[in-house]
Amino acid sequence: MTIEEISKTLQSKKVGIAGCGGLGSNCAVALARTGLHSLLLVDYDVITVDNLNRQYYFLDQVGMKKVNALRENILRINPGLNIVVSDCKLESADVPLLFSGCDVVVEAFDLADQKMMLIETMLEFLPHIPVVSGNGMAGWGRTNILSSKKIDNLYICGDGISEVGPGMPPIAPRVGIVAHMQANTVLEILLNS
Amino acid sequence: MNIILNNNIEQIEADSIVVTDLLRIKNFTFKMLVVKINGTLVKKSDYEKTAIHEGDDVMVLHLISGG
Repeated sequence: MTIEEISKTLQSKKVGIAGCGGLGSNCAVALARTGLHSLLLVDYDVITVDNLNRQYYFLDQVGMKKVNALRENILRINPGLNIVVSDCKLESADVPLLFSGCDVVVEAFDLADQKMMLIETMLEFLPHIPVVSGNGMAGWGRTNILSSKKIDNLYICGDGISEVGPGMPPIAPRVGIVAHMQANTVLEILLNS
Repeated sequence: MNIILNNNIEQIEADSIVVTDLLRIKNFTFKMLVVKINGTLVKKSDYEKTAIHEGDDVMVLHLISGG
């Protein structure tokens, strides 16, 4: 495909980003650079100084809602992008309506129970929409064990074993790699469909 | 019986089991799991009553925190 053909295909596509932390903010920025038509950003949190070790925000944005700051940052890169934000703590009941118009949904939550909730709800109510999940990316190094797996309409990026915990923090390079693996998977789904 | 578990052939010493049995046999003690049988989601509340048969394609995905 030429760049023009890629842009033309992406011009009608909408991607949902569930969680705008380390995975979601970096994945959204990568997708914004591709010429996508629209992004739906979902998060309830505000930016703290601790987030700046890996999330796509700036020091002067500490205290802002992540969805608003991310919209601001993305529009500085690509002012033509249509961005819809949802400032909420996502619950299962909201998922079907919120994401029903998306071509792909990126699962970019921090906590395992939220990841499970989103994947289960998508599989149950919107099984036709591909979900790209990030699973296992704490720590550093070990680039070669990061992989991408496909199970029907569910795509899993990460190593599947490196859980965040004491002595195993999430850090920019490895979180960024998985966020970009997710963006790359989204692109693959959109361009091959 | 033989089933497919996460893309690998797995021999189970029984003719029919439920999801709870499989998780016990395979020592999947994690809490955050997504289970699919032949492409269909099995909810946690149905683990006790959902049977796995010969030849079934089973996926057990363990979700871990970080993002």
